Amino acid sequence: MNAPVKKNVVKEPSMLRQKEMIAQHFRDLARAKEQGKKVVYTFVPGNLTELMLSFDCLPLHPEINALQSGMRKLSGEYIAEAERAGHSEDVCTYVKCDIGMMLKGNIGPTGEKLPEPDLLLLSYTGCFTFMKWFELLRERYKCPTAMLHVPYQGEGHFTEEQVQYVVDQLRSEIIPKFEKVTGQAFDIDRLRDLLGNSARAEEDLVYVLESAKKRPSPIDAYFGGVYYIGPLFTAFRGTPAATEYYRMLREEVDARAAAGQGPITPDGLLDEERFRLVVEGPPNWTHFREFWKMFADEGAVVVASTYTKVGGTYDRGFRHNPERPLESLAEYCLGCYTNLNMPTRVDMLTNYVKDYEADGFLINSIKSCNSFSAGQLVMMRQVEKRTGKPGGFIETDLVDPRYFSASNVKNRLESFFQMLAQKGQEVPA
Amino acid sequence: MKCTIGIDLGSTTTKAVVLDEEGLVLGRGITNSRSNYDVACEVARTEALLDARFHLFERTVGDDPDLREKAGPFIEALRRNFQREQHLQQIGELEELCRAHARDTSKGVQRALDGIFEGLRTESEDLFGPGRKPRSDFFRDIAGSRYMALAEWWARKQEVPYETLYGLFDKSIIAVESRPPSTGLQESMAQALGRTLGEWKTEEELTQRLKSGVEQAILTNLTEVRTVGTGYGRARLPFPRECIRSEILCHGMGAHATFPETRTVLDIGGQDTKAIQIDENGIVERFQMNDRCAAGCGRYLGYIADEMNVGLHELGPMAMKAKRPVRINSTCTVFAGAELRDRLAAGQRREDILGGLHRSIMLRAMSLLARSGGIFEQFTFTGGVAKNEAAVAALKELVEENYGERTMNISASSIYTGALGAAIFALREARGERTPEPQTTGGAQ
Repeated sequence: MNAPVKKNVVKEPSMLRQKEMIAQHFRDLARAKEQGKKVVYTFVPGNLTELMLSFDCLPLHPEINALQSGMRKLSGEYIAEAERAGHSEDVCTYVKCDIGMMLKGNIGPTGEKLPEPDLLLLSYTGCFTFMKWFELLRERYKCPTAMLHVPYQGEGHFTEEQVQYVVDQLRSEIIPKFEKVTGQAFDIDRLRDLLGNSARAEEDLVYVLESAKKRPSPIDAYFGGVYYIGPLFTAFRGTPAATEYYRMLREEVDARAAAGQGPITPDGLLDEERFRLVVEGPPNWTHFREFWKMFADEGAVVVASTYTKVGGTYDRGFRHNPERPLESLAEYCLGCYTNLNMPTRVDMLTNYVKDYEADGFLINSIKSCNSFSAGQLVMMRQVEKRTGKPGGFIETDLVDPRYFSASNVKNRLESFFQMLAQKGQEVPA
Repeated sequence: MKCTIGIDLGSTTTKAVVLDEEGLVLGRGITNSRSNYDVACEVARTEALLDARFHLFERTVGDDPDLREKAGPFIEALRRNFQREQHLQQIGELEELCRAHARDTSKGVQRALDGIFEGLRTESEDLFGPGRKPRSDFFRDIAGSRYMALAEWWARKQEVPYETLYGLFDKSIIAVESRPPSTGLQESMAQALGRTLGEWKTEEELTQRLKSGVEQAILTNLTEVRTVGTGYGRARLPFPRECIRSEILCHGMGAHATFPETRTVLDIGGQDTKAIQIDENGIVERFQMNDRCAAGCGRYLGYIADEMNVGLHELGPMAMKAKRPVRINSTCTVFAGAELRDRLAAGQRREDILGGLHRSIMLRAMSLLARSGGIFEQFTFTGGVAKNEAAVAALKELVEENYGERTMNISASSIYTGALGAAIFALREARGERTPEPQTTGGAQ
């Protein structure tokens, strides 16, 4: 049986700072209508946060609300509500969680009511479900919708024409829509300022993520990583608050690295790094801490993950650029992890295993996310072949608690860790 | 004599294997797993240690040229008679419990019980008679199907409800299975020896030598130097966490020890199906297990057997009689009952339905094997389901259809593969060889 999760959760100061930022954001959202602020619903991959902020809009991310509901053990109830409303069991559970929350009064993760959208902004970056999701929301809220079509990276790289195609849409569709909804004129200098802040924060994020190349790694790039990407992937990219958060985070991680310390887990500092892993796929949110503990208890540290690239592949060199504001927004959208083809994903995983000197890699396959899961076994075999490192495969879900079987997951993980240990020692018969 | 033990605590059965200092299998034991894991472990371990004594005896007499020829049949008779003793003892326990539960029932029920238990005792003579071997290792299976048959007859004769008699068995059998191993093993052995010697027609001097060989084996001091546990319930195994290994590693190692050329292992147990790829040293390279759903595992067959009111061991032989196997897509254990009744109502033969069910289980296993990387030469099939001839036949057919010809190994003791692997890890640790680091969590809390 799994030990009960400790009540006194250890948190890094940066985590507390982030919590304050999020709380303030939800307070702002709750007061948005009375303060005359426009609310834009959008998704993390391909988000145009700086553009929204340049129009003084408040972004709201339905999938972040869903994962927050998952972490707060509310998603099961919301999913049931959505199923009662006619949504099938096999539909993406982020969608059902969001719809269920909406049907139950749209109370956000901080307990405050969420405002209705003034605009639904969809940057289409590889996830077809996002489009259907916003169709459902449009049906309910009858609000304006803007869709940015981002070409899929089927060839593994983007072309000048594709960048131009996205920029043209920004100019002819997206920006005019913002101007109409907000009544404000587009201010390119404001956008440039915000993008400059973004680039500084992005630099620090990459520094933090790459600190995992050290031994021991001072961070966990998956379980800890989802916190580290928070501000930059959501409502704060481009804000001075985010830049300050990353400066603080960088110092924190530097201090741990200088002291030769490992990552901070909910149970405190990890004493011993026994396994270095690369992980593909989103985490499970309903049992996030329990899931993390299964790794931490075994001394398994995730040194790189692909999930922390869904909101931007900054470690591949991309930075938002104030000199090329619209072009860099376009390139950002094109390069999001969800928009990359399988060979590119295999390349990334392979490079991570090599660059971060991982002992193995693990795929957490998400039951209700075909966008992520399709082809993962094929990817696993290719990465195994190219790195010579063993791959592991587990199955959970994003926010449907029914699809997290703790004993099964633990069983697979234990077997995987023991396999790594065994492979590391090769006992002749 | 020093020995190491491996225990595989599965969801359905618990297995134990005892190895000697050379790594040779000395004994095996198996029992139904129950909610009380400590008891299950203890029963399996005791049985394995007892079995070890039979092996020790075999070794002793094997060294004696005069006895060597006679030893085989003698040991077989001794085992058979010992099993009979244990069986009779368990019938006694079952009767005691049934009668306690039946205290307030009618005279008819009491008389039916008289008849049933007399019948069970009489039948045991034949069941364990010379040249006979029960088709199952478990008292529940052996006694259960006969109890039901006798209960049906006696219910009619005494004009009492069959359900009452069935209910009494149902209430009592778990307690019989959950009783710690009887303390009377020595007595049972003495009884069995007496009976065997009675059956045995040979010169007095040789008889005495056989007898003293048995006594010597019984008296040999077996010292357990290390035990390693594995299996579904391993986190609950009643020994320290550093003595626990994942069943994936143990099955890989066990299959390698049994068939050294093995590269792919399929294990179908009660709740798990595992497809494992191993290297030339038995080291696991990759694996896949069923997640979230145990459809098509051993428990599914158990459920089908219950639905059909037959013993688990009878399913395979019935399915082998299929003439036109029915195509069945759902292997959901919960839907199985409905599917079965639906097919029977449609007039399909039980044998044909069972033939289809076995194939559909193996189709799921094939999917898992494919996900783990495929089937490489040689292929070893382990776990309780490997004892089912219809399952094996269906698997062979599918392997050939999908991968061409493959050597398929099935050991007569395939169900012990995980326990064997665990025992090998225990032996290596006892020898101080390098083995995987023990896991740091999941121990008994």
